[in-house]
Amino acid sequence: MRPSRWGTALAYAAASLLAVFFLLPFYVIFRNAFSTQQHLIAPRWNWLPNQLDTTTLQAVLGNANYGVLNALGVSVVVAVAQTVLTVVIAMMAGYALSRWRTPASRVILGMTVFTLMVPAMVTFVPTFVMVSSLGWISTYRGLIIPVIFSAFATFLFRQQFLEFPRELEESAAIDGANTWTTFWRIVVPNAMGTVAAVGTITFIGAWNAFLWPMLIAQDPQMRTIQVVLSQFMTSQGIRYPEMFTGALIAVAPALVVFLFLQRWLVQGVARSGLK
Amino acid sequence: MADGSRSGTTLARSNRRWFWTFVTPFLAGLVVFVYVPLLWSLYLSFFDARNTVTPTSFVGLGNYTYLLQDRLFVDSMVTFIAFALFIVPLTFACSLALALLLQRITVLRAFFRSAFFLPTAVSYVIASMVWRMSFFHGARFGLTNTVLSSLGLDTINWLGGENSWYWLVLVSLRLWLQVGFYMILFIAGLNQIDPQLYEAAALDGASAWRRFRHVTFPLLRPTSVAVAMLLLFNAFQAFDEFYNTLNTVGGYPPYARPPLVYLYLISFGSGAQDLGIGSAGTMILTLVILVFAFFQNRLLSIGADK
Repeated sequence: MRPSRWGTALAYAAASLLAVFFLLPFYVIFRNAFSTQQHLIAPRWNWLPNQLDTTTLQAVLGNANYGVLNALGVSVVVAVAQTVLTVVIAMMAGYALSRWRTPASRVILGMTVFTLMVPAMVTFVPTFVMVSSLGWISTYRGLIIPVIFSAFATFLFRQQFLEFPRELEESAAIDGANTWTTFWRIVVPNAMGTVAAVGTITFIGAWNAFLWPMLIAQDPQMRTIQVVLSQFMTSQGIRYPEMFTGALIAVAPALVVFLFLQRWLVQGVARSGLK
Repeated sequence: MADGSRSGTTLARSNRRWFWTFVTPFLAGLVVFVYVPLLWSLYLSFFDARNTVTPTSFVGLGNYTYLLQDRLFVDSMVTFIAFALFIVPLTFACSLALALLLQRITVLRAFFRSAFFLPTAVSYVIASMVWRMSFFHGARFGLTNTVLSSLGLDTINWLGGENSWYWLVLVSLRLWLQVGFYMILFIAGLNQIDPQLYEAAALDGASAWRRFRHVTFPLLRPTSVAVAMLLLFNAFQAFDEFYNTLNTVGGYPPYARPPLVYLYLISFGSGAQDLGIGSAGTMILTLVILVFAFFQNRLLSIGADK
């Protein structure tokens, strides 16, 4: 197991080159957000930004026609609510499916696994039909509720709870705690790793979601930040620096969550491959 | 339960009560937002439903024959079957290569892993913006066109549709955004392989390739199956980056339409807005995915130990 010196040097060279390519788009967002329009459409590509101040930022946030601030508000509400509700609902169902092995439990587990097989967004037409007949178009209910029942999260929690030591629950039961109390006081605090993993994955997915919010947010006031950014690309009035300032604002929360919760994100992703 | 004593039945009843308390919110949501819509959609696919979500007149298999005769729909399905056959192995190979590359790296491994994984946090909308407006802009100021003209070559109208270069734009974007995610899956799989097996193989004088072929790859099979499955579902679900890269003020161009974009345009676009046809399309797409998932699973389990 002695890797050759040349092999190691080659691996570092390849990794460094790839890292430059992987990080380049982030730099380009930054460069575009802090440049002037003329600078960006100059016949030669400029590597450095030329307007390192808050002019564009103020213009973007101050222009109510762009609706960036409003969209950020909608996105925060949707992403936070979707994350909390997804975790709570999946945690409870995952616990039930691991704790009680009845015929009903097996049927519901089967339905959950089948849902994993049918990709969620493939059924967006029928789900849209459902939501619109409930009268939920352009409402928070319509944006949030249809997407909080995650078969994937439920399945992950079930796998986690299968490993939970039953003695801990039983000793709590002897102390007179009922199932509900035992679940929240004993089981959940011991599953915080999975909670963080599922929560981080859900938050980033919710923050970045596009197709569903685009269908539901027919009222401009209910558009999420991704929908607003998408519309920037086909609108005539907006300039590149403003467009990319919007992108910078939208990518920042996801990157912050990513950097602080990376460990959990890695764990959640890693678990998603273990069946 | 044979135990007929009073306390036994009370316990069973209380257990049942707790089971349903915990599972009902999820079950209700699953039924209302997945199963009912799917069945309703199946029903709707046999009707005309223009600009409405309630069926108007029964057309039997009319929507299905309409779709199978619509050149745009057939093009979309054929193109995306080809796309899946191309993108699934490519993304698979790239993510596995990155995971193996990181295994060779000791110093700064966390940095490199984060650099490759970071795009996972970015939305397809924002990635499309960078690719479309900066990297692959059709005008001279785009990065790739600047490079081409500095080499003395003609600039390319990447997304214009008079050539097939838009595939390079879409595939590179997709790889950038996705490989980090699958790389993490492979790293998790690789970490589960007992290092003693490598030592034993090295003692036997096995080359790096033989170690990969006979130790790593077979032991990585569960991860490989999961990754290939997720990639397949993902390929047929493509929407965000296609829509955001190619949609223009004048609408979505007639080429490179993923099935979901086609269904979106037919159900919600400015033209027909026919949810009956949209529903029929959903059924066909779901069927195609299940058939592909089945055959891919069979293919990957050839030679498996059990």
